[in-house]
Amino acid sequence: MKTNNDSKAIKDNGVSLINRIPRWLWLLFSLGTAVLLWTLLSINPNTARSFPNIIVVGDAIITMISRGVFFKDIISSLISVGAGFALGFIIALPVAVLMAWYKPVRNIIEPWIQFIRNIPPLAYVPLVVISAGVGRKPQIIVITIATFLTMAITIYQGVVNIDTTLIKAARVLGAKDRDIFLKVIVPASLPFIMTAVRLGSSVALTTLIAAESTGASAGLGMRIRALNNSFESAPMLLYIIIIGMIGMIIEKIIKVLERRLTGWQEKREM
Amino acid sequence: MAGKERNVKVRIDNVVKKFNTRKGEMIALNGVNLDIMENEFVSVVGPSGCGKSTLLNIIAGLSEATSGKVYCDGREVKGTGIDRGVVFQQYALFPWLTVKKNVEFGLEIKGMGKEEASETAMKYIKMVDLEDFANHYPKELSGGMKQRVAIARAYAVNPSVLLMDEPFGALDAQTRTQLQVELLHTWEKEKKTCFFITHDVDEAIILAQRVVIMSARPGRIKEIIDVNIPYPRNQETKLLQDYIEIKNYIWKQVYQEYLEVRK
Ligand SMILES: Nc1ncnc2c1ncn2[C@@H]1O[C@H](COP(=O)(O)OP(=O)(O)O)[C@@H](O)[C@H]1O
Ligand SMILES: [Mg+2]
Repeated sequence: MKTNNDSKAIKDNGVSLINRIPRWLWLLFSLGTAVLLWTLLSINPNTARSFPNIIVVGDAIITMISRGVFFKDIISSLISVGAGFALGFIIALPVAVLMAWYKPVRNIIEPWIQFIRNIPPLAYVPLVVISAGVGRKPQIIVITIATFLTMAITIYQGVVNIDTTLIKAARVLGAKDRDIFLKVIVPASLPFIMTAVRLGSSVALTTLIAAESTGASAGLGMRIRALNNSFESAPMLLYIIIIGMIGMIIEKIIKVLERRLTGWQEKREM
Repeated sequence: MAGKERNVKVRIDNVVKKFNTRKGEMIALNGVNLDIMENEFVSVVGPSGCGKSTLLNIIAGLSEATSGKVYCDGREVKGTGIDRGVVFQQYALFPWLTVKKNVEFGLEIKGMGKEEASETAMKYIKMVDLEDFANHYPKELSGGMKQRVAIARAYAVNPSVLLMDEPFGALDAQTRTQLQVELLHTWEKEKKTCFFITHDVDEAIILAQRVVIMSARPGRIKEIIDVNIPYPRNQETKLLQDYIEIKNYIWKQVYQEYLEVRK
């Protein structure tokens, strides 16, 4: 962040005012412009039906709460996303390490992952439902599959690209295989694991609609589809915004974690 | 060193190394023989690709000879061992560990207690003049400082042989000279057998008792030059007639090899 500002300051040191605006004020500007655009969309007759204005959407919170579904939907989705993501991660980590260490494992599994990864989850949802039935189980399975694929590939690429001189350096200091794994591979992979977590959490959210098309009884994704049938655009927009906000909050949490765990890295910030 | 009785520390016995490449078999080392004496400082020069690193890796136990053997203290080298420390050109510090933790790395693996490891690490961090940076991460250090940490880390586990692969190759001239002086100083205080690869002829001579010149295609030892200039050496050593003669001679040999490789 700091270096970013510094380099900008060097480039346009004439417009020093822009550099003096603090981050939170920028955020406020950004939010303000978004609301302005939204209001314009809600006035324009071509888009007004899709974009009810901010007050109407705000009122939708009350509507949904009074229907007794608002919190239930949020909690249900968070459970599916959390459980699916956690399972995906727990499976991805050892699979990625095995792929990196054993060529046969890699040569067999990698093509599968690359193959399935490009199929939209919505396509295989019916297959999952046929075996797993409806309810929580298929939701978690779909999110687990999607997050696993993304995270396994990301972690695998990280582990494979670990600087081999670090492993050599450890060996000549007396490290055995066990030490190499725990004291070199694991910490060296941490940045990639964090990237995987970030990508995985994002995939978990974007898979939510597909996951909740499995005959779910509650959930943000399920509700958006249901509201679609009754053309209620205000609560639909509200739910879409909530999904976006959840995504941003998760991203922020991961960023804090990342800074804590991998602050030792040479280059930082994207 | 005349008159002193010395033992062979490292014996390189007819080492051959072949690599299987896409273009077929490639001979990187074609029968290398060399005895390195206890506490001796040997440097190795030669054109890039003549097998210097390959030889060092075999002595370190990081790589296996296709045929031939390496002995350290009369025992055959099989894999790495903490009797042989290595300093790499790319520093190879663990970026997630502080300077002190890097130096403690080998001590911890050795099973040394926390307090003793901490004391030992600090001793060697002081040796390389970095006590103010003990709790810094590698990313906060300059190249020269990083290499000092790597040297401290190698010293800390107390190997009797120190293998260095162009350790100062990535540093600027001034830092380089400074680290050479420091390395000599350390070597005179805490004698270790040193095997030092460089492509800088000056560096090879100022440091070593013997300079090994290697030639390429296939890699082998071309000539071994004794540097009979007493220690301590410093920048003024480079003005001595003996030094200049040796330098001119080695230059000619290395340059010839360089031309060979270019052909
Ligand atoms: N792992 C390897 N596989 C194939 N060829 C290699 C390998 N390592 C080194 N070589 C080749 O062996 C030769 C000697 O390499 P190296 O010992 O690194 O030379 P130097 O350190 O003297 O520059 C080079 O031609 C290099 O391409
Ligand atoms: Mg080399």
